[in-house]
Amino acid sequence: MDKTDVTDPDYFHKVVDCQWACPAHTPVPEYIRLIAHGRYTDAFMINWESNVFPGILGRTCDRPCEPACRRGRIEDKPVAICRLKRVAADNRGPIDDRLPPIPAFKNGKRVALIGAGPASLTVARDLMPLGYDCVLIERDPQGGGLMRKNIPSFRLPVDVLDEEVGRVLDMGVTTRFGTEITSLQSVLDEGFDAVFVGTGAPRGKDLRVPGREEADDNIHIGIDFLSSVSFKHIDAIGKRVVVIGGGNTAMDCCRTALRLGAESVTVTVRSPRADMKASDWEIEDAEREGIPILDNHSPKEFILTDGRLTAVVFERMRAEYDDTGRRRLIPTGEPDVVIECDDVLMAVGQDNAFPWIERDAGIEFNDWEQPVVDRQTFQSTRPGVFFGGDAAWGPENIIWAVAHGHQAAISIDLYCRGEDLNDRPPPEVNLVSQKMGIHEWSYDNDVSNEQRRIVPHVDPALSLRDLSMEVELGFDVQQAVDEAMRCLNCDIQTVFTDQLCIECDACMDICPVDCINFTQNLEEPDLRETLRVPAMNHEQALYVSGDLNTGRVMVKDEDVCLHCGLCAERCPTGAWDMQKFFFFDAKAQPEPTREQPNAA
Amino acid sequence: MTHILKPQFRHPKLRTNALGLTRRDYEGVISTLCAGCGHDSVTAALVEACFDMELPAHRVAKMSGIGCSSKTTNYFLNRSHGFNSVHGRMPSIATGANLANRDLVYLGVSGDGDTASIGLGQFCHAVRRRVNMLYICENNGTYGLTKGQFSATNDRASKNRRGMETPFDSIDLCNMAIELGAGFVARAFSGDKAQLVPLIKAGLHYRGFALIDVISPCVTFNNHTTSTKSYDYVRDHNHMVGRLDLVPEREEITAEYEPGTSADVTLHDGAQMKLSKLDESYDPTDMETALPVLERYKKRGEIATGVLYIDDREQDLHDLIGTTNQPLNEVPADALCPGSSALDAINDAHR
Ligand SMILES: Cc1cc2nc3c(=O)[nH]c(=O)nc-3n(C[C@H](O)[C@H](O)[C@H](O)COP(=O)(O)OP(=O)(O)OC[C@H]3O[C@@H](n4cnc5c(N)ncnc54)[C@H](O)[C@@H]3O)c2cc1C
Ligand SMILES: Cc1ncc(C[n+]2csc(CCOP(=O)(O)OP(=O)(O)O)c2C)c(N)n1
Ligand code: SF4
Ligand code: SF4
Ligand code: SF4
Ligand SMILES: [Mg+2]
Repeated sequence: MDKTDVTDPDYFHKVVDCQWACPAHTPVPEYIRLIAHGRYTDAFMINWESNVFPGILGRTCDRPCEPACRRGRIEDKPVAICRLKRVAADNRGPIDDRLPPIPAFKNGKRVALIGAGPASLTVARDLMPLGYDCVLIERDPQGGGLMRKNIPSFRLPVDVLDEEVGRVLDMGVTTRFGTEITSLQSVLDEGFDAVFVGTGAPRGKDLRVPGREEADDNIHIGIDFLSSVSFKHIDAIGKRVVVIGGGNTAMDCCRTALRLGAESVTVTVRSPRADMKASDWEIEDAEREGIPILDNHSPKEFILTDGRLTAVVFERMRAEYDDTGRRRLIPTGEPDVVIECDDVLMAVGQDNAFPWIERDAGIEFNDWEQPVVDRQTFQSTRPGVFFGGDAAWGPENIIWAVAHGHQAAISIDLYCRGEDLNDRPPPEVNLVSQKMGIHEWSYDNDVSNEQRRIVPHVDPALSLRDLSMEVELGFDVQQAVDEAMRCLNCDIQTVFTDQLCIECDACMDICPVDCINFTQNLEEPDLRETLRVPAMNHEQALYVSGDLNTGRVMVKDEDVCLHCGLCAERCPTGAWDMQKFFFFDAKAQPEPTREQPNAA
Repeated sequence: MTHILKPQFRHPKLRTNALGLTRRDYEGVISTLCAGCGHDSVTAALVEACFDMELPAHRVAKMSGIGCSSKTTNYFLNRSHGFNSVHGRMPSIATGANLANRDLVYLGVSGDGDTASIGLGQFCHAVRRRVNMLYICENNGTYGLTKGQFSATNDRASKNRRGMETPFDSIDLCNMAIELGAGFVARAFSGDKAQLVPLIKAGLHYRGFALIDVISPCVTFNNHTTSTKSYDYVRDHNHMVGRLDLVPEREEITAEYEPGTSADVTLHDGAQMKLSKLDESYDPTDMETALPVLERYKKRGEIATGVLYIDDREQDLHDLIGTTNQPLNEVPADALCPGSSALDAINDAHR
């Protein structure tokens, strides 16, 4: 293999599994260390700059970082990254003096943001400090998007939402709440310098099975039901409720129904449980509240008695997978299952839909009626009109919406200044030795053996009766420190200097997880197999040195490195050093400071 | 010195041996030696050899004296028996232990100071008595623990860090052991585990006195450019006389060897040593031809490594003095102590 080019920021960034997996590339280990040191406000600010909604995300994030976490590969459970974020938000001090100043003199550019979800709010957060005049247009009476109307308040308290949405609006965003856009042309006609479409995926899917129309009074589309509950248009539900669907919306629907007074709530899913779309922890939460989840149940018919819905009939299914792993659901032939009920909540997916965009407005749509949007610039086929969040490519989650928002803001800024949208600003990267003295590092390299801490919950006897009582209590300070110490500091990189190595093997011998090898160089597939422990996790890179004096090379499998620094401690020549890699994804930034930071 | 404990986490895919143990189960506490010390590599090689041989820790007795090298018995096989003797006295402790319990695997770890200076007399007699043990001398040509004085294995041409020369010739432990009757004598380099690990395994299989003189650089006091025991010098002057493959009894021999270039030695426990020659003139089974060749290497300032001498017919101490077949702790008490009448009979015979 060729010598690894560690000057490519992607190399070390990939080693920081959580940060790499985070769509907004939040510097996770850095904020976790700050929490361990009790520096909550600093930890909060790192989050705020990366992901805008630390308090919201610390409760609701889909946390793609956690399945990626290295800790999950050396023991059962990853670090509770998401809930540590909440700790920073819960314990932070005042931050007003740390927020970016908003220029009194605007730059003269007006940007329309349609829809006040996390995507649009992120664009506003990035453009306001640059002097833009942002006009946020939203159908609902308040900002927040699905975070407000669909995520139930027992998961996300309204005051947390208000505070974090308010922090963006307080930058001086012009709001037009309660205004539904029914024509894109009308917005374009207002002469904005750029338009961002952040209208989400507002259309809940339906199921066309016999009885659907007749039973319409008691069949509710999940996301519409949740919105009605949050806006207090609905405050009761039938005694027996069936939820159809296996995603997170289904989990929110069933738990909400319970709190509205339903006596029995049943979730039914067509597919096997293992294929359910809902996050494990959301399934756990629903089950903990006593809600049964029946998998392999495909809805076949709605039964009405005296013109009123009384039951749903389900066909039993099983999954078959072909050679390519594609799934087919086939009826098992077992007798149908009939579940009696008064109301049905249908949570079988969402679409983005744009009935309000004229098809002659210069925006190209594909065969699936989806706008054609550039993956890097977020620009549509009409220059100056950008899409992001669920509106761009269908339903995702908040953190993706934020990541899109940051990128779209960069593009809008470039566009308004007449620059090339593909000339993206580089990330801020830094690599600094952590050596403080002989075997002393500026980070705690002693690896904790503790198990993942469990977030305490309020007494279900109370929370099940109160729609707005937050179920999770969050970590207390001691639990937070214990959990923070589980982090393996994956941003503290092992950096190897070929010329210094005398090939004494000390690092290879000490490494507790057999990362390091001194061996003949081979092509990657063969090299992976010949290592002390074959490197079979192909997602993880091999760090390969240049030729050493004996003609061998050093090969480090990054897969399960604990970043314990023992290799560097046992190296007599300092050929290994532990260096902190700081990576901060580019944001739209004021012109004068847009210089190229050097990667060390 | 490293202040943290070695993390307990291990690679989730780490191989296990027939005992269900991983290599890491053969480790001890974290080393307190200088970073980069050759002795730590020898420790790692011992861990690997014992793991591969599936040795249960409680069957092993680790014996050592004083020195950085002698400290290393704490860094592997922490569930084994062990004795850290006074300086240079490990051979007599090992002899006594071996006489009392012949069933354990005896592993002596010593240094060039411990062996060739203060313990030279002890060493000679353990060899001469053919104590069944593997004796590893971690040879760095210096007294590492006491901060770098010349040891008796330091070559005359090899200056110390301050440029001082020793007026004395060095002792070659391998030559000496061969002459004194050791049946297995090898030399190795701590920086070459591919060579060292099979040698350790063969030495542990061997019944009789086995010596491995491991050149093991002291990074702190004897790794400078004028040293003949530095990493660079040893790498540049290492001459392997032969390559060893060790085949445990239950495995079939599959490797192909060029005719005439290899010698097969079957050890007492059935394991097969396959020795392929790298130096045509060298025959490790013939002491008379081997010794002069070794002398030639030495004169040229080169370091001969590999199996230097092997005698598969050697009898060990127990064979020679006809002891009981059982460890003493298994001999019934009345046989172990036959009573005063038996003592009287012996005394009477001397009157
Ligand atoms: C029940 C449910 C639970 C969820 N839970 C989570 C969770 O726990 N964690 C997570 O990360 N994600 C969750 N999501 C997904 C997440 O809420 C969305 O992915 C995210 O909010 C998308 O952000 P956005 O900015 O693209 O759009 P949205 O949040 O959808 O905001 C779009 C806004 O645009 C407005 N709008 C739409 N059309 C118009 C128009 N024509 N004129 C004016 N305004 C308009 C809408 O009223 C809405 O306020 C959940 C989704 C659902 C349905
Ligand atoms: C009876 C006695 N004399 C002297 C010493 C001091 N001493 C301790 S270690 C040592 C030399 C060790 O050298 P070596 O065996 O080569 O070990 P190394 O540290 O080089 O591995 C000496 C002289 C002692 N501990 N005991
Ligand atoms: S930091 Fe070094 S010693 Fe520790 S696990 Fe990683 S490679 Fe191994
Ligand atoms: S410990 Fe240092 S000098 Fe020794 S092999 Fe490792 S990197 Fe090279
Ligand atoms: S002093 Fe020398 S022999 Fe002792 S630990 Fe340090 S390097 Fe090894
Ligand atoms: Mg020594």
